[in-house]
Amino acid sequence: MRYEAPETVESAAALLQSTAGARILAGGTDLLVQMRGDVVDPTLIVDIKRIAETRTVTEEKGGWRIGAAVTGAELKEHPRLKNVWPGVIEAANLIGSTQVQGRATLGGNLCNGSPAADSVPALIAAGAVAALAGPRGRRDLPVEDVMLGPRRLALEPGEFVVSFLLPPRPPRSSDAYLRFIPRTEMDIAVVGAGVSLTLDAAGTITAARVSLGAVAPRVLLVAAAAQAIVGSRLDKPAQDRLEAAARAACAPIDDKRGTVEFRIHVAGVLARRAALIALDRARTA
Amino acid sequence: MAKHHIETTVNGDAVEFLCETEDTLLDVLRDTLQLTGSKEGCASGDCGACSVMLDGRLVCSCLVLGCEVGGRRVDTIEGVARGQTLHPLQQKFLEHAALQCGICTPGFIVASKALLERNPDPSETEIRYWLAGNLCRCTGYDKIVSAVKDAAVALRKG
Repeated sequence: MRYEAPETVESAAALLQSTAGARILAGGTDLLVQMRGDVVDPTLIVDIKRIAETRTVTEEKGGWRIGAAVTGAELKEHPRLKNVWPGVIEAANLIGSTQVQGRATLGGNLCNGSPAADSVPALIAAGAVAALAGPRGRRDLPVEDVMLGPRRLALEPGEFVVSFLLPPRPPRSSDAYLRFIPRTEMDIAVVGAGVSLTLDAAGTITAARVSLGAVAPRVLLVAAAAQAIVGSRLDKPAQDRLEAAARAACAPIDDKRGTVEFRIHVAGVLARRAALIALDRARTA
Repeated sequence: MAKHHIETTVNGDAVEFLCETEDTLLDVLRDTLQLTGSKEGCASGDCGACSVMLDGRLVCSCLVLGCEVGGRRVDTIEGVARGQTLHPLQQKFLEHAALQCGICTPGFIVASKALLERNPDPSETEIRYWLAGNLCRCTGYDKIVSAVKDAAVALRKG
């Protein structure tokens, strides 16, 4: 097994393209566990953490660009991100222990390809766009289009996620992420819900995005759930419409952590609660 | 495939070692550098017994590759005491009997030290959340939390 730590995006893409069975290493909190469990046996590990673009958080065109290999702990400590994107930061910080937060990254959480990844519904609700680099150059892909199914991504051979762009935030905008787990800490989401919304001066929702995790083979962007609350002030009828639309989008599995019926029910509850938190935050944003 | 030649800093000392790609930092610390204070509990990032500081950040050394640490700074349990003088955390773990079998203790000390360096006066809730990635099957955690609180007091007094 080879190990390379290139310092440019181009050399990383060339390495990935030239070697069948290469795997990206960012925080390693999934990859090393999978290697240890003989789930994967890479021929080459490409550590992207020495590429400066993957490790920085910068303001860009009024939005924020977050490197794919920035850790959860670094996101939490950023002086301004949590005010603008509290939902994204709280979702990233739900992943694992303090030790895991010291390593785990947004890029890794997305590219691990789990429908239960906590940061992904928050990124999708935020309208985040993944910046990809590969043998044929660079392109942008909305986060909701990156994952195709469990462990399956829409990336071309040799392509990898360099960073994410979170869009500019209008006034009175905010977001929230909630998940259900059977314990209080460090577990895999049974259901996750991310909501981002914008209010007008009168408190009416003018724009919204709703995303659900762990209720389908991929993390879902639920347009009907967003439409259910746009134009409302999230009064009770709008909350009911949101719950119904969220539940209608679910196609979950039955497993030891939750039945189909339970997951569908909880998806509605969490979508509503996340929307109410986002609304409350947006009033003062 | 030739082994990787890595130059790094461990507990303030310049160190070089050879490793295979699949060797974790924990493997290197224990088997190559003979720093056996960091323990292997789960080897999957769940138990925290292998906790070390990497560039000032608390991590599980079982989830870091040895070849990743070139040019970086690694701090382990072996660097916590000053010669024969125990760190206040180590002293308070003894006083509070915050250990029984001792396998988890190095990880708890390293993790608690990282907490107190960031937050000199943590609440019990903050201590318990920070240490949620360190598992202890002997103590039931209460004595550990008491030891960390008491060490925080001692460190604040200087």
